[in-house]
Amino acid sequence: MANLTPELARLRDETCELARSYGLDCYDVIFELVDHDELNMVASYGGFPVRYPHWRFGMEYEHLGKSYAWGLSKIYELVVNNDPCYAYLMRSNSITEQKLVMAHVYGHCDFFKNNAWFARTSRKMMDELANHGARIRRYMDRFGQGTVEDFIDVVHSLDNLIDPYAVLGQRLAAPAAPAAPPAADAGETPRLPAKDYMDRYINPPAYLQRQQERIRSEAAQARRFPARPERDVLKFLLEHAPLESWQQDVLAMLRDEACYFAPQGMTKIMNEGWAVFWHSQLMTRHLCDASEIVHYCDTHSGTLATRPGQLNPYKLGVELYRHVEERWNKGRFGPEWMRCDDPEQRRAWNQPTGKGREKVFEVRRVHDDITFVDEFVTPEFAEEQKMFVYGRDQQTGQLVIVDRDYTKVKEQLLTALTNFGNPIIRVVDGNHGNRGELCLAHEWASGDLQLDQAQETLKGLQRLWGRPVHIETIAEGKGRLLSFDGKESKAQDVTASHPAVGRVGFGKKG
Amino acid sequence: MPVRRIDQDHTRFRQIVDGRIKRDLKKFVSSGELVGKQGDRFVTIPLPQIALPRFRHGTNPSQGVGQGEGQPGQPAPGQQGDQPGAGQAGEEAGEHELEVEVPIADLARILGEELELPAIEPRGQKQLRTDGQRYSGISRAGPNSLRHFKRTFREALKRQIASGQYDPDRPLVVPIREDMRFRAPKPTRQPEASAVVVYMMDVSGSMGGEQKEIVRIEAFWIDAWLRHQYRNLEVRYIVHDAEAHEVDQHSFFHLKESGGTKISSAYELCWELVRDRYPASEWNVYPFHFSDGDNWSSSDTTHCVKLLRDSLLPHCNQFCYGQVKSAYGSGQFKKDLDAAFRGEPKVVTSDITDRDGILPSIKAFLGKGR
Repeated sequence: MANLTPELARLRDETCELARSYGLDCYDVIFELVDHDELNMVASYGGFPVRYPHWRFGMEYEHLGKSYAWGLSKIYELVVNNDPCYAYLMRSNSITEQKLVMAHVYGHCDFFKNNAWFARTSRKMMDELANHGARIRRYMDRFGQGTVEDFIDVVHSLDNLIDPYAVLGQRLAAPAAPAAPPAADAGETPRLPAKDYMDRYINPPAYLQRQQERIRSEAAQARRFPARPERDVLKFLLEHAPLESWQQDVLAMLRDEACYFAPQGMTKIMNEGWAVFWHSQLMTRHLCDASEIVHYCDTHSGTLATRPGQLNPYKLGVELYRHVEERWNKGRFGPEWMRCDDPEQRRAWNQPTGKGREKVFEVRRVHDDITFVDEFVTPEFAEEQKMFVYGRDQQTGQLVIVDRDYTKVKEQLLTALTNFGNPIIRVVDGNHGNRGELCLAHEWASGDLQLDQAQETLKGLQRLWGRPVHIETIAEGKGRLLSFDGKESKAQDVTASHPAVGRVGFGKKG
Repeated sequence: MPVRRIDQDHTRFRQIVDGRIKRDLKKFVSSGELVGKQGDRFVTIPLPQIALPRFRHGTNPSQGVGQGEGQPGQPAPGQQGDQPGAGQAGEEAGEHELEVEVPIADLARILGEELELPAIEPRGQKQLRTDGQRYSGISRAGPNSLRHFKRTFREALKRQIASGQYDPDRPLVVPIREDMRFRAPKPTRQPEASAVVVYMMDVSGSMGGEQKEIVRIEAFWIDAWLRHQYRNLEVRYIVHDAEAHEVDQHSFFHLKESGGTKISSAYELCWELVRDRYPASEWNVYPFHFSDGDNWSSSDTTHCVKLLRDSLLPHCNQFCYGQVKSAYGSGQFKKDLDAAFRGEPKVVTSDITDRDGILPSIKAFLGKGR
């Protein structure tokens, strides 16, 4: 349902043509002209006006409506990763803003279609979410709105516990359980082949002992459930929690939705940066006429404004792309560049290769925010962008600049991006204490959990699992085990050497 | 325009908010935090617990990355804290408590439901005012576009069951002409009556800050309820120690005086006010008096009783006396009033020992529907 005015329709065609001429590769984009109230409504549903009923969306709607009414925030644009792409234009935007938004949207759309992390997201999500909505409505009719809503509330409070990297590999289909390792005879330890007289040297007692330990720990590992810590807690619950069939269905749908939205969280900087990169290209080279340029700059700078304490993904993203393009245009890559550590020479380095454009297209295809920052935030970039690490001054309570050292900046950035700032939590034991209790472990990386919230979340988890649930974490440097057994919450100290805490820590970065 | 999905979700959200407020009403009332956040028609209520809990990191990470000028050790640029005079304000960037705006009318409704307050039957002319029409009624005739599907279905089902046509194995329900039900406009009626509340408070030395705070909270809720009942409500404030003065709202709650207590002075002033400005034929009059129960002398108490009986009571809907417990008050005045007006329904007295006593006291004052 395109309801664009003839002028906007002409603009859309023009923008689309331009975008394609630069090599952007988009799905068809369907623009809809909406007023602010409709836009707030769509935005409350995360872009999908067809979703299942839930009060959370109503809360978001009220919040957006108030922010708009008070002039605190205004949504310029909203794009949905779908084929065709849906994008919404605010009716009250000026024509310059509409141009900017359209160019921006084509950037996003190209990114959705071509970035590797989106490769496995459903492109018919609008339809799928409508189906989810219909199914959940049916459950509500059948089991009561309150019942279903309570269940959805519980799932929502857990829906950050998925494995965002699972969307890439085919890990969704559970790998066949590896054949049980041949039970090692108690007395028989595998030995390296050796002649009798050499045996004492080739298989010394210490070696044999290590072998025995290994066998024992492997056997223990095999008895564990799950065999390896499971990052995708929702999936684990789906497969093993005692749920009714409608609950299973709802949980599966909500997990799908969380997985669908995960790549957008993983590529915020890249995605927004890419869209800004292209809207500024298209606007300044083609779409803007002289009378509009000031208005454009005003809007554009509003988008890129950086407030300290908040990293603006638009700003960081676009600067990184430009930095990459410049580097590759000037040939600042490859072994020679890496070997050169004379700052003067590096600053003056210019071997025109013209590979910049090609490189940024490659970058937008293969990276996510973490690898993007890791790969391309260089000392030069950090300095140019005046990046710093801030921290709280213990005495004044003020935020002060702590360091401008590039490695610190980068470390801090990567930490903040890890798992989109969510704690990394795994199921380590589905049969804790051999009593069918569920034990999660928080892999402590950058900060403590909010303990009161964690206790509340456990209550919901316990309702799904049916048996007592626990989470191991580290609070103020000490191991803590939080539990909820259906009646009361408990927290106790555990030593850091508790097996479950020690068990986590392999698995991918991120 | 069709009902939009978001409106359903929004209504549901408001229902949940209402439910939370109802559940925690006692806490909200006794903490008094609503009173401070009062706007013109709305109250902002903090409801952090409505957000779903999650496993998350502490909200205020002590470190982050920023961009801008400055040397290590200097304040990070642009934070509100480095404007002079801003002090510690605005430090907790990114942390915002969930707050919900609730119309005061809704609060009054919730209060009414929780305390089971009866609607007030206004005195005097009971003109009813028609305030627009809403399609909340049901009629047997109407255009098809207003057909009420559920009601129609129910009628048809009832008829079929009653006449034995209904077959549970083949639940086919066919409505006929007589089953049809339609939405119909229904005038909503509201009393046109006006009311005046006169708050009187003892500000003698024995009434401390906590006592005044209790009065303030109680007055807020009484206002909210009466505003809910009357379209037109005026509020007057009288303070008294040994003599009485009419003051505005702010001074009423903040004035600090010392000296003796002569309650009759307030009653006299109140009576003058009511007599001159608010004739009983047109106004519903609600005097409220709060004190810690000490009076100058027993002869003054007798005078008070006489004033009430002869002058004020015939003009009032109800006279309410709330006795706030303080360390110094003897509490004698309530006993005297109770003794003098035993069996008089227009006089209501109540003891408020602490903040938890506010709700029962409101219930006592407003529970009679006068």
